[in-house]
Amino acid sequence: MTLRDETADDSPRSWVRAVLYDATIRGWVFQGLVLVFLVLFAAWIIHNTAVNLHAANIPFGFDFLNMRAGFDISQKPIAYTLDSSHLQAFKVGLLNTIILSVLGIFFATIIGFVVGVSRLSSNWLLARAATVYVETLRNVPLLLQLLFWYKAVLSVLPGPRQGYMLPLSINLSNRGLTMPRPIIGEGFEIVLWTVPVAAAVAWAVARWAKRRQVATGQSFPVFRASLGIIIGVPIVVFLALGAPLTFELPELKGFNFVGGMVVHPELTAMLFGISLYTATFIAETVRAGILAVSAGQSEAAFSLGLRPSQTMRLIVVPQAMRVIIPPLTSQYLNLTKNSSLALAIGYPDLVAVFAGSTLNITGHAIEVIAITMAVYLVLSLITAALMNWFNARVALVER
Amino acid sequence: MRSNTFKTLLLGAAFVGAGAVAASAGTLDEVKAKGFVQCGVNGTGLAGFGAPDDAGNWKGLDVDACRAVAAAVFGDPSKVKFTGLSAKERFTALQSKEIDMLARNSTATMSRDTQLGITFTGINYYDGQGFMVKKSLGVSSAKDLNGASVCVQSGTTTELNLADYFKSNGLTFNAVVFEKQEEADAAYDAGRCDAYTTDASGLYSIRLKMTKPDDSLVLPEIISKEPLGPAVRQGDDQWESVVRWSHYAMLTAEEFGVTQANVDEMKKSENPEIQRLLGVGEGVDFGTPIGLNKDWAYSIIKGVGNYGESFERNVGAGSPLKIARGLNALWSKGGLQYAPPIR
Repeated sequence: MTLRDETADDSPRSWVRAVLYDATIRGWVFQGLVLVFLVLFAAWIIHNTAVNLHAANIPFGFDFLNMRAGFDISQKPIAYTLDSSHLQAFKVGLLNTIILSVLGIFFATIIGFVVGVSRLSSNWLLARAATVYVETLRNVPLLLQLLFWYKAVLSVLPGPRQGYMLPLSINLSNRGLTMPRPIIGEGFEIVLWTVPVAAAVAWAVARWAKRRQVATGQSFPVFRASLGIIIGVPIVVFLALGAPLTFELPELKGFNFVGGMVVHPELTAMLFGISLYTATFIAETVRAGILAVSAGQSEAAFSLGLRPSQTMRLIVVPQAMRVIIPPLTSQYLNLTKNSSLALAIGYPDLVAVFAGSTLNITGHAIEVIAITMAVYLVLSLITAALMNWFNARVALVER
Repeated sequence: MRSNTFKTLLLGAAFVGAGAVAASAGTLDEVKAKGFVQCGVNGTGLAGFGAPDDAGNWKGLDVDACRAVAAAVFGDPSKVKFTGLSAKERFTALQSKEIDMLARNSTATMSRDTQLGITFTGINYYDGQGFMVKKSLGVSSAKDLNGASVCVQSGTTTELNLADYFKSNGLTFNAVVFEKQEEADAAYDAGRCDAYTTDASGLYSIRLKMTKPDDSLVLPEIISKEPLGPAVRQGDDQWESVVRWSHYAMLTAEEFGVTQANVDEMKKSENPEIQRLLGVGEGVDFGTPIGLNKDWAYSIIKGVGNYGESFERNVGAGSPLKIARGLNALWSKGGLQYAPPIR
């Protein structure tokens, strides 16, 4: 808003005053000053760092990324050997962080929603159990929980030679869950292609069911039908092609299993700890979201004859989601950042591999920490962007 | 651990800010001005090298290296404050001036000496990397460890030697890497790994902490050279000399039989070597030129003892570790510990 004297004359002095008191111009000037100050401050820090590094005889640069890493990483989702570069080690660490974060978010969301709804349940035992769970796990530091789960997992399980033999050549020991590794045969990609086709069919069925319900009022079990289509069609195609998939069985050779696929106890312990911890916060968010929907909504739904489960699914949750999603985003970001605690229990995440081993071997602390911070920033921004997009979709449409 | 990463960041920030107060005074002057030596030691506690005892007093071979410097500068071995550091934090702490010297069983390597802006002042323990395994595995040599899971601490030369050794012997392995030694200890103890690798001295120290020490054995192979020693920042020759010669003074004292008990008696010695060491006699002063008192070495021996005494007390026969002198015997007794003459 501009505050200008309507009766002012056109003399130069009043022109200067007009500029000085113009809120828009003043805003620009101050923002410009702040920007200049920030740039100068950044330049000062960078200059200072460069001078100090030089004075201390420490080379600065990113060439070290191409050097041979020469250390082993226990969980390798992509090709990595002792002769790979630090850049490859960085990628392995990054992928391990992403694997942990995505799985953690998946489990935490499911547990969080179930517990959040349970806390509001009319079943006394269920509601109390949910309350106890939330209040205990929420108030114990995550690091302690991780150490607890790691010790619990390791101390319960026997050594690889005495491991529990489960069906399908699956073995459970303190070296992890060893499973057969699928080896993809010829024609398997056709099976993969049927998945999107089946999904499209399921979508069409859902649309048809909705239109029919609007027209005739008859409901159709959309969820079960879609699930059947999406899972059933690829299986039929897979069998029709003669099951083009073989498995490499893990074999106990020497001390450990050779071949197959392993879920290390570090990942298991991390998932337990981080999912159960974050789920408590998500549960509270869900509870708050549901409570934010006025009771009249449920009462109205009941009076229309909807069952409690239908009321929850069709009336309450969609409205609650608008309240839930923004704080849920924060919890997802927290989970991603908390995954860096992994190095305490030997899970090779980005911080353990890159900001740990690589940093120490190369000594390029400033570069490595800068890259690591940038990665977490980018991961957080991507998560926030996805959630904002989702939020915009469920937000209340105001007309 | 997150706190460590945070600490690294803080150290980095401190490092960035250090230019603002670009001090021109040398480290020795700074140490004298504040009245104590800030010394970086093993933060997770490596018995025999750097660990607090039951009463909270720091003890160990590395701790004695710090105390010797304090004795040389102030005539009082207690004028030292300790900073417990992880393997990851140690060099950054030194670079960023959080500590005046580092004595944390750190291996002197070429890249550390030339690219980290630090200088190793001497070797107070000649070590080598070894393996410890559970006896129940029935393994008697490291060559039998094909396919083994190996627990190791991150940010150490150990991690790299391990990989090199298995590769050069055509063996496969799976490293389980922990940031803190105590976490690696616990995982090995719980059976997560078949073998544990670190410096042989460390293995003996760690074995004592296992729930059943007798169930583990240290394999005979030593797969690397691990010369461990104190380090200072590069470019401060005076301070470097102080730390370097504090170690040499302890070696020289052992060589000439000067001990904590007889050092006062030895002041009357007619042996010119001992007179030069203790600063006795007309015009005999090796302390003043490096900014110390004339009786700097006397203070070290009086306060800390000679190298042999420190060794026996901390890691040798007088300690639970019971490590033989081996390579760490004096040169005159077939070992590698050798001090240039004080003259």
